[in-house]
Amino acid sequence: MAESTLESPLPVVTPKKEHDSALLRVAKYMAVRLVTMVFTVILGLYLTILIANMGGYVDQIRRGEIRDFVQQQVRNDPGMKNLSATQRSKIIEDRIVNAEKRLGLDRPFAIRSFAFLRNAVTLNLGFAEFITADNGSRMVKNIVLERLPSTLMLFGMTNILLFFGTLFAALSLSRSYGSWLDRLIIALSPMSAAPGWFYGIFLIVIFAAYLHVLPFGGMVDVPPPDNRVDYALSMLKHLTLPALALALNQVAFAIYNNRTFFLIYSSEDYVEMAKAKGLTSRDVERKYILRPTLPTNITNFAFLLIGIWGGAPIFEGVFNWPGLGRTQLVAAGLFDTPVIVGTTVIFAYLLAITVFLLDFVYALVDPRVKIGSESRSS
Amino acid sequence: MNALRKFFAEISQYPSAVVGLILILGLVAFSIYTVVTLPYEEAISLWRGDENVWYKTPKTAQPKWINWFRQDDVPETFWLNTAEGQGTKTEEFSNGTNKIFISLPFEYNSPYFPQEVTIYFTSQFTDKEPFVDVKVITPTGEEIRIDSFAVGHKHTYRFSQDQKLQRRLKGNRPEQGIFMDLETEQLQAVPGTYELQIEGVAFEENSTVDAELVVYGEVYGWAGTDHRRRDITIALMWGAPVALAFGLLAALGTTVTTMIIAAAGTWYGGWVDEVIQRITEVNLILPFLSILIMIGTFYSKSLSVMLVAVIALSIFGGGIKIFRANFLQIKESPYVEAARAYGASDIRIIMRYLVPRIIPLLLPQLVILVPTYVFLEASLTIIGLGDPVLPTWGKLIREGIGNGALLQGQFYWVLQPAVILLITGLSFAMVGFSMDRIINPKLRSV
Repeated sequence: MAESTLESPLPVVTPKKEHDSALLRVAKYMAVRLVTMVFTVILGLYLTILIANMGGYVDQIRRGEIRDFVQQQVRNDPGMKNLSATQRSKIIEDRIVNAEKRLGLDRPFAIRSFAFLRNAVTLNLGFAEFITADNGSRMVKNIVLERLPSTLMLFGMTNILLFFGTLFAALSLSRSYGSWLDRLIIALSPMSAAPGWFYGIFLIVIFAAYLHVLPFGGMVDVPPPDNRVDYALSMLKHLTLPALALALNQVAFAIYNNRTFFLIYSSEDYVEMAKAKGLTSRDVERKYILRPTLPTNITNFAFLLIGIWGGAPIFEGVFNWPGLGRTQLVAAGLFDTPVIVGTTVIFAYLLAITVFLLDFVYALVDPRVKIGSESRSS
Repeated sequence: MNALRKFFAEISQYPSAVVGLILILGLVAFSIYTVVTLPYEEAISLWRGDENVWYKTPKTAQPKWINWFRQDDVPETFWLNTAEGQGTKTEEFSNGTNKIFISLPFEYNSPYFPQEVTIYFTSQFTDKEPFVDVKVITPTGEEIRIDSFAVGHKHTYRFSQDQKLQRRLKGNRPEQGIFMDLETEQLQAVPGTYELQIEGVAFEENSTVDAELVVYGEVYGWAGTDHRRRDITIALMWGAPVALAFGLLAALGTTVTTMIIAAAGTWYGGWVDEVIQRITEVNLILPFLSILIMIGTFYSKSLSVMLVAVIALSIFGGGIKIFRANFLQIKESPYVEAARAYGASDIRIIMRYLVPRIIPLLLPQLVILVPTYVFLEASLTIIGLGDPVLPTWGKLIREGIGNGALLQGQFYWVLQPAVILLITGLSFAMVGFSMDRIINPKLRSV
């Protein structure tokens, strides 16, 4: 994750017009981003479908299932008992053809894939084969919507905390450059090489298995507490270890990264100038150091967030967190194809939304978007 | 050569890089040692072996070294086999019967009981099975009669399954009862020399009986055993070459292809560059692990398939933008212009003029990426997408957690592979971060 010098995804900026207001420019920028993002998502989903089909392998599985199902149906039908073998096999073949037609398996995959794409875009994700939602629904959409909030809560809360925490920690650390704390952070920054779930195992061993102070996993106590305060407290208790695991993975590297940028920017002439003018160090930090580094920091954070989304299945698996990622793992274990594909589609959406939101924040803090200058950072 | 020496001189300024390099060299040496001493086929057959291979090892035994940290030692696993010349065995043939006397004395010094005690008999006969009478002599000289029975060609006697013996030992489990003081009934083994005596009668001239006593302790080997009695050392050893190969190949494959694509994109510019940029954006929103899960469940879990999939999904990753920014600068340099002037082809300029310039930037990238892929391999194994055959570190963690190692306090099972993974990851990361600081002058000053 040494993508510290990443270029931000700025679009081709429209020719400069003097009378455009900053708001209009941001709106225009976002509109362009939205359109490209929609195309990106559609393309991404289509690729996902192509991969999911895996050269017709999934079709084969489904054809086999249909054949099995029809044969069972005919064999168990008392009305068919008296028919001859050839008659029965003809009925079976007819029904298979019908069923395949109904499910659209007779059309070539190239055409079918677009039907799948339309379904994926409209979140019409079909029915699960084994997994059910808590309310008993078999619709993949319901299953996904039910698990989504817990995933969002886990990753959303910890990441926002981590972003602001590391930003201000780095700011205060850049003041004491070369101190033992500073050197400790540099020494600890390679910890980002190991993923969050990995630290999770150590934390579970220490706090759950050995000290018995925090739960092994899950989201709330069993049975869940009745009143809301207890429920929230129980949830907080279960959140501690996952949050700590993510923090161990990121904190040192994020602080190190931010601090480096603060240090680079704090030796700029305009900062010296501001200091010479006699501004308070608080003002200098806020307006002259933090402000120009924000776009870079946000880009870094975006990549971090995307990396963490990608690791959700295993992270939730280790902590037994009842979110989307774990659902996907369970589905993979049960060969529940619709759920696997459905959760993958939702993850693609989540990533796209993350990228878009960060673009929006980026547009708000990056002066180049507001002014509409053509210069790019490199 | 001179540049290489300069590089090593510079890297030796960073203690973390030196430590990292030493660790990496150690890991490479360990991998080579593993592949040489425990060949692939042997490791696989051992790891997939059943009770026939692992009958002499205890279940979920802790590693030997935990005794270094304890005051009272936990019993070790040992076995005595008369067929291999241990103990004493005398035979006396008269009147058509062969009288056999076997004595297997052993020291038992732990205050804890063994996990299990079993005698494996083998005998040779044509028609009539030999008959044996088993006794144990305790250090106090007391004689405990165990059982008498006929022995087939292969016969296994497990102390723990003998209900009658348990009743005779005042209801104590036999593997404990024979080691404890039955007067005081303290749950503590009496240390001293025990002796297993087997008196046998065979009814044919060349008929004989051999016995192998296995006392299953609570510790075994340098890494302990798992729930299927397998020695964890095998997986710990073979995990190293697998992890290193996967990490290095994936990191190399990804960075090199990414670099070449970025070079081609910047050189040709125009729509080629545009297409590469758009693919990068699409790739950013493809859920990486989810797609690997799909490939693993629908298609194949083999490590090589996963390696190809991982590289294919990572080519258009964030790295392409870093390379692109650097190539844009190099593209404008005079020596590239000179190459163009003498009529060098596009391919030649990309491969001979652009790519070599970027290699110093590529190296830290590559080294930093290795642990990412080492951990990815472990992650895939832990979520059940690991190679079905290979014993790896991730598989140990998965099986440990899946079989309740954390709930039952068998921490060695999960922590040993985890610590080795951590050392591997950190060693590469420490070297990579130091290289980054050496090569990126912007970072060096701060």
